[in-house]
Amino acid sequence: MMNKKKTILSALAAGLTLSTVLAACGGGDDNEGASNGEGGGSEAGDFKVAMVTDTGGVDDKSFNQSAWEGLTKFGEDNNLTENEGFKYLQSSKQADYQPNLQQLARDNFNLIYGIGFLMAEDIQTVAGQFSDNNFAIVDMVVDAPNVASITFKEQEGSFLVGVIAGLMTETDKVGFIGGVESDLIKKFENGFKAGVMAVNPDATIDVKYAEDFNSAEKGTAIASGMYGAGSDIIYHAAGGTGVGVFTEAKNRKKNGEEVWVIGVDRDQYEEGLPEDVTLTSMVKRVDTATYEVSKQTMEGNFPGGEIIEFGLKDDGVGIAETSDEHVPADILSQVDEYRQQLIDGELTAPATDAEFEEFMKTVE
Amino acid sequence: MNKLGLNRLLIPLLSILMGLVVGAIVMLIGGYDPVRGFTSLFNGMLGSPYAIGETLRAAAPLIFSGLAVAFAFRTGLFNIGVEGQVLIGWVAAVYVGINFELPMFLHLPLALLAAMLAAAAWAFVPGFLKAKFHVHEVITSIMMNYIALYTTNSILRSVIGVTNERTESIRETASLSSPLLQELTTFSRLHWGILIAVLAAIVYYYILQRTTLGYELRAVGFNKNASQYAGMSVNRNIVLSFVISGMFAGLAGAMEGLGTFNGMTLSASFTGVGFDGIAVALLGANTAIGVVLAALLFAGLNIGGLAMQLGANIPSELVKVIIAAIVIFVASGYALNYVIEKLKGNRKKGVEKK
Repeated sequence: MMNKKKTILSALAAGLTLSTVLAACGGGDDNEGASNGEGGGSEAGDFKVAMVTDTGGVDDKSFNQSAWEGLTKFGEDNNLTENEGFKYLQSSKQADYQPNLQQLARDNFNLIYGIGFLMAEDIQTVAGQFSDNNFAIVDMVVDAPNVASITFKEQEGSFLVGVIAGLMTETDKVGFIGGVESDLIKKFENGFKAGVMAVNPDATIDVKYAEDFNSAEKGTAIASGMYGAGSDIIYHAAGGTGVGVFTEAKNRKKNGEEVWVIGVDRDQYEEGLPEDVTLTSMVKRVDTATYEVSKQTMEGNFPGGEIIEFGLKDDGVGIAETSDEHVPADILSQVDEYRQQLIDGELTAPATDAEFEEFMKTVE
Repeated sequence: MNKLGLNRLLIPLLSILMGLVVGAIVMLIGGYDPVRGFTSLFNGMLGSPYAIGETLRAAAPLIFSGLAVAFAFRTGLFNIGVEGQVLIGWVAAVYVGINFELPMFLHLPLALLAAMLAAAAWAFVPGFLKAKFHVHEVITSIMMNYIALYTTNSILRSVIGVTNERTESIRETASLSSPLLQELTTFSRLHWGILIAVLAAIVYYYILQRTTLGYELRAVGFNKNASQYAGMSVNRNIVLSFVISGMFAGLAGAMEGLGTFNGMTLSASFTGVGFDGIAVALLGANTAIGVVLAALLFAGLNIGGLAMQLGANIPSELVKVIIAAIVIFVASGYALNYVIEKLKGNRKKGVEKK
């Protein structure tokens, strides 16, 4: 009995060793093949760009998707083939960020994007390990010579939707719902408040944070409170929590109330259907950013160590194209005037609480 | 007896093979090249020092969560709450790692101990409810997962003071990270945790097979009524089993908090470490060595799956299909085994009768 057991065990062990050896051999061959390919590739002057998604995945209808659309457009414009010249790797958990970034670096991608501020730590680490590769991170600042930090002037886009809200509110009361209170979401809040105040100093603005980006229930509850207290327009910067804001607005509209939601990050017109509650959206063009930075890098001007801010001027933020559905033309032309002032620097949209205080002094 | 031993090895091995075959079929249906797919999968698992490092790194928490599930299994209990216990252990380890200032030989053990005790306390609840009120442990332990998820987020915000989604890094004196191991494996995140995990597997074997406590626990698992009749306290053993299982789970969290991430991030969803532990325990047939091997396999598949995206343009989700297929084959394999044994038993009885 013992003997048989031993034989089985040793057979197993042999099997394992064998498969390990085989795998290792396979590995060696393949690596050589791959590196040969790369050699040939870089000699031809090929440019390779890739991005690592966060756990939202590439089809999140938001951030990651937008970034990938930018890369796809870049690839098509420059005759790159997908998977060879431009590529994305998905992360299904947080632990995947680092291996994904590292394997792209090992495979000699010229520019590697980490999408989302959750990847900051990993980009920092990997950029230190692979100092010859170029990296870029969206929505966060990473201080390293080979990392470009891409941020957006959300306050400028938020200012414009604030102007719309300030001019269109009939109750002189509007609301803002943030996801989690942080420097980033504060930019949305302060820009919005400033926009409202610039055109309607009598308006009151109800500001609440859900402390959660993924809680539709909380969004519904907070929106219900705000609409109940008289706000007729709510701007949300709350990701998945914002879904609840739309739900509440739709229910009220069904009952004949005249309420609106202002969407965020991309055109959320469709989220408002069929009751049609989306007044406008503050769009954040992550695709523009990934396109532009890829282009600069390919031309040899990688903005390493820099913080690149995409604002109204670069079409990095703005209002959704579908805004003319519900916003009258005369208001849109006022929005255009403010847009021009912001671009020309005659007006600065506040990003922080302190800047908002300053801004209010100028209004009064 | 021989046959049984053979089946215990054969079924998992066959299941792995069949799982891979299913993976290959799915690749073919999806229009991918299975040869390229598996080559890059195996490269990503073991093809380089880096790959080996990452595979071992990912295996450490899986060994612990696998042991946690297996320990409860062996005593006739289903601890589906390992996921939540992992989170609680993780947050406790990180709390100690950040807030205490001690030399390493005290700090690291203290952080590990905190993870064990916190998770054990968490696991005590379903154990106690089962023993005292006969509430089914599957229900309570699953629900405790959700409580754990939101509780840890709340603790991270209010107690540890997270403002930007992630805690600050733990102090180096509490970290399992090793520059030496990282250098050996060219920048993988391999840390000393894998050694602790293997040690834990030995402890697991020792408790169950070599102590009176283990004997009692297993006896309760085999037959509650007989154990009661033999004078063992079934209720005490149920609670103990959950508490010990929770300790293993807590250490899985410590592996992530003190080793892989050196901190913790607010999360809206589960880590999956605890749920994967169920699969690991199943494939490992609840034995110490089995759990270690199964954890290595699943860790390797997960890490190799990432390489498959780059090497063969195959989505890494495919690896989840393979793992799921393996689990299904193992589960149905045991069912098959059961049927075979039953048939044999009947035949024997028939022979004896004649």
